Amino acid sequence: MKISKSPWVLHYDGSSCNGCDIEVLASTTPRYDLERFGIINTGDPKHADVFLITGGVNFQNRMVVQQLYSQMPDPKVVVAVGICACDGGVFKECYNIMGGVDKVIPVDVYVPGCAARPESIIDGVVKALAILDHKRDRMKQGLPPEEKEWSPKNGEGAEAMQQQEERIQAQIQASDAARAAMRKEQEEELHGGHE
Amino acid sequence: MASIVLKLAMAVISILLLGPLVGGLLSGTDRFLSARMQRRQGPPVLQPFYDISKFFQKKAYIVNGLQHFLVVGHLLFLMLSIGIIYAGQDILLSVFSLTLAEMMLCLAAFSASAPYSNMSAQREMLQMACAEPILLLLCIGLYLSSGSFLVKDIIRCDLPAIVKTPGIFFAFLIALPIELRKSPFDVSTSHHAHQEMVKGVTTDISGSVLGIVELSEWYELFLMVTLTGLFFICSNPVSLVYAILAALIVLFGLTLCDNVFPRVRWERMLAFTWGTTLVAGGGNMLILMLLDK
Repeated sequence: MKISKSPWVLHYDGSSCNGCDIEVLASTTPRYDLERFGIINTGDPKHADVFLITGGVNFQNRMVVQQLYSQMPDPKVVVAVGICACDGGVFKECYNIMGGVDKVIPVDVYVPGCAARPESIIDGVVKALAILDHKRDRMKQGLPPEEKEWSPKNGEGAEAMQQQEERIQAQIQASDAARAAMRKEQEEELHGGHE
Repeated sequence: MASIVLKLAMAVISILLLGPLVGGLLSGTDRFLSARMQRRQGPPVLQPFYDISKFFQKKAYIVNGLQHFLVVGHLLFLMLSIGIIYAGQDILLSVFSLTLAEMMLCLAAFSASAPYSNMSAQREMLQMACAEPILLLLCIGLYLSSGSFLVKDIIRCDLPAIVKTPGIFFAFLIALPIELRKSPFDVSTSHHAHQEMVKGVTTDISGSVLGIVELSEWYELFLMVTLTGLFFICSNPVSLVYAILAALIVLFGLTLCDNVFPRVRWERMLAFTWGTTLVAGGGNMLILMLLDK
């Protein structure tokens, strides 16, 4: 039996404003009803097949997102819900937002929208199920499910993280230098006054 | 002599093969009915079979070597419980085997040494402490009404057990939502609180091991249906039809109750089950023992 007949969803909120999260929960209500596809919204990554992620990734939760992704057993697919998860959305230029989710984990389906409508979300999940079947077929043939092997180091975000580290170091050094200069001035005033 | 043993073995094995089919179908029907009660379309009735097929296709993340062994032990002791009843043997032994099976699941969760697993296992043990006394009371009630602990004597009585033990049957109905993992919702493995304690005792179980846990839940459902039916079977062959009908009505009623009372917490479960056990179950037992004198 095909694995796409029973896809369990892990729903995680990155830096979302919760609009897309509310739409995901609305998809489980009787009007849109995700459960008719056999989908259960589970909270445990070890039980999930589809990683439904909303909101962008910031420097604080990048490790959490990566850990959740690695805890999911193969085969698995990632659906980025909402424009913030796709590329950062309105928060793209913020100092703390790295960008979309694909900076840290490989994404299979992008569902744009602000907030994404339940119909689009369901559409995106159904597309992801076809990809899930494809990955399962690869596993049955003995191939790895992803064409490119993923690890936390080879995400696009690696160089963004590097730049952020350098920026922070530069700031620390600048403030240290400024503090040292200020203290020197104070010392000179003090000693200059005495003499 | 050998042919009797062979016939018995065949009967038990066929029941053990029939068990998951019935359990899975009933489980799927329950989800389907629940959805329709909530005015949703709901999953197809065969959904549990798709779920279990998915579990066996996923890669399992094994937390430690002990967990797989304990979960398989859980399944085997549940199958033993069912086998003992359908072989017509001692019902008390069947309930003890069920208790051991539950304990093994708790041990599997404890062995993961993860906080959610441990907390859930503690709550699961609390749940056992509430539901197991009622199952023991069930055995004693069946003994008092038929004079024997052996299932083959219980089913040959003139009157079905429910005539003499309605109070104990009522207490058993209270224990059923707990055994079938519907209520209370904040105790670990409730089917309907999908994210309580992450996922309860199965938090650190994945892949094929989770498939075995799912299969054992079907067996448990089949066992509970069997115990319900035992109250209605007597020497009259028509009573079998009544027993199956009663079991189906009870399951429908459970789904309905579960939708009406979704947020029962464990403290309430504790108070309610022990109160009912003492009043309805204990009272019934006392009356039976006095009348027999």
